[in-house]
Amino acid sequence: MALKDFPIDECLLQGNAACPGCPATIGLRLVLKALGKKTILVVPACCTAVIESLYPATSFDVPVMNIAFEAAAAGASGIEASLRQQGKNDITIAAWAGDGGTYDIGIQALSGALERKTNFIYICYNNQIYSNTGIQRSGATPFAAWTTTTVSGKEEFRKEMGEIIIAHHIPYVAQTCISYPEDVYNKILKAKSIKGPKYVEILAPCPPGWRFGMEKTVEMGRLAVETGAWALWECENDVMTFNGKSKLLLEKKIERKPIEEWIKYQGRFGHLFKPQKDTVRLKQMEDHIDKIWERYRTCYLPH
Amino acid sequence: MTIIIDTGNRIAAKAAIMAKPAVVAAYPITPQTTLVEAIAEYVATGEFKGDYICVESEHSAMSACIGASAAGSRTFTATSSHGLLLMHEMLHWAALARLPVVMCNINRVVGPGWNIWVDENDSISQRDTGWIQFYCSSNQEIFDTVIQAFKLAEHEKVVLPVMVNLNAFILSHTSMPADVPEQRIVDDFLGSYVPKWKLDIENPITFGNIIGPDYYYKVRKAMQDAQDHARKLIPQISREWKKLSGYYHGDLLELYKCEGAEYILLSMGAIGAESKIAIDNLQKTGHKIGLARVRVIRPFPIEEIIALGKQADLIVIDRNISVGLEGALFSEVKTALYGESEADVHGFIAGLGGKDVTYKDIETMCTKAMKGKTKHQIWYGVEE
Repeated sequence: MALKDFPIDECLLQGNAACPGCPATIGLRLVLKALGKKTILVVPACCTAVIESLYPATSFDVPVMNIAFEAAAAGASGIEASLRQQGKNDITIAAWAGDGGTYDIGIQALSGALERKTNFIYICYNNQIYSNTGIQRSGATPFAAWTTTTVSGKEEFRKEMGEIIIAHHIPYVAQTCISYPEDVYNKILKAKSIKGPKYVEILAPCPPGWRFGMEKTVEMGRLAVETGAWALWECENDVMTFNGKSKLLLEKKIERKPIEEWIKYQGRFGHLFKPQKDTVRLKQMEDHIDKIWERYRTCYLPH
Repeated sequence: MTIIIDTGNRIAAKAAIMAKPAVVAAYPITPQTTLVEAIAEYVATGEFKGDYICVESEHSAMSACIGASAAGSRTFTATSSHGLLLMHEMLHWAALARLPVVMCNINRVVGPGWNIWVDENDSISQRDTGWIQFYCSSNQEIFDTVIQAFKLAEHEKVVLPVMVNLNAFILSHTSMPADVPEQRIVDDFLGSYVPKWKLDIENPITFGNIIGPDYYYKVRKAMQDAQDHARKLIPQISREWKKLSGYYHGDLLELYKCEGAEYILLSMGAIGAESKIAIDNLQKTGHKIGLARVRVIRPFPIEEIIALGKQADLIVIDRNISVGLEGALFSEVKTALYGESEADVHGFIAGLGGKDVTYKDIETMCTKAMKGKTKHQIWYGVEE
């Protein structure tokens, strides 16, 4: 569906408690437009628990169950079983969790729910850090990025969560980014139409976490895709399709931009440029991305 | 009524499915396994028509129960020892979210080292979570208490989760007869579950968002009020069930031969059952001693224990230890009596790590206390 045709109804209300330029609220708007009012959201500890606003107010026009950090997928399993027992089969259950709650502390419950074939959509909005606790490293934080717990830059590369999910062989897995609203909307809409466990991960560039100006949120997402630091793809019944510019990159119809084009705007990588350029780590980043894309081509390019 | 002879775990499972929860979520742990296996059998035979979610951890078991309960369903789970401890965060969550989940906990030793026998440190260490806690002493009591637990948990003035504790192996794996009522008696007693609040797309409420100090303070006070209501309701529910089933195991306490007693023994769980034999023997030899078996520790039976303290000196046996202080029941009994009674309270630790506690051991402890030799808590049966 094209942007102009999106529903005008908003289930994320005005006056919520998000930071200016917040990518999570862009994602939530799009996701809730696609899911509609017959939705129950499950939210573990993450920025959205703040965005919801202070009791007794709420910024959501759908029912929301907050749950402990590692428990979103298990809580969703319980809701799903209950609604099925009540014969309510037309309600979408969506877990909405950050990368900390997904890649790290919540991975066990998530894997369990996927393996049990819980009929729900697990959405990870990935801002590559523990943002709600004040910018600490997560399993999604990229190599060399500053966080408050990787003061000189993270020494490890991020894990490929999407491919960990693919190994569960669920009906639908997708990666998208808030900078591509139609891609987000259509992937969520498709996930909604499929029975069984679905996983959608949305890259969410965070201005205070990544240290860039709040007007650049959308641009940071686009550059992540154009540099190959992030990929748009969907995997339906184990059939992988790359989307948009990521498809062109995979097929080598366009060149990916150098990683510097993305990171030079982000203060979290500032130490790679000052006092002098850290050519060693910059090369490690480029090589790593090249390696990932070569593997993508080997695994996913139709032969 | 039909008498069945089966283990405590299987009788607990029978009671649980007769309460007709819509969702059971559970993870296996020794010695709880035969309970969840029995539920799996009821799924296979079609006797249990609810959803049985085989989760990947106890943390997820409680989280799934929380989700199902929040969505408006009656829920049940069972665990033991390390499983209960892994749930700890979600025990607080279920109670603070005011969700009437019912759970059986098979009291088992906490490691290291690994030990699957009975003591009560697992559930005793969960006293502050807001859960109501029962301790059973026979398979009949397990059946009746599981049914009563749903009634109590879901009562509109309570709406709190309830834990029904049964001792590892001594109850969980020991076959004893239990009289099981007709399904319609359980149905009439419990009714169908009508949640006070739930996740509802017609009424989109956000549950559990950020809450400031003033509201949070009220939430805590409301939990305490709910436990106070439970304290009044437990005797009513016990007696209501007695009318329907003929079985009664006491209110918060079960008083046994306390008339005219100058000493009253307080004990819990399987030691509580064994204590009756000890009391019979001690009375035969002329001792004026009775038994108050503690059935419920949360809410704590404050008034009942004050009344005992006004009648007699008290002897407490704990199958747990709050390390650095003393047995939990010993502490709490003394707390209840403070400023209300001058009674002496004698404390014993016994049976930790599954060490056997026979009626003869209980007689020895009581005799020692009645000779006035136990001002402070004694570790009974520890090799010097």
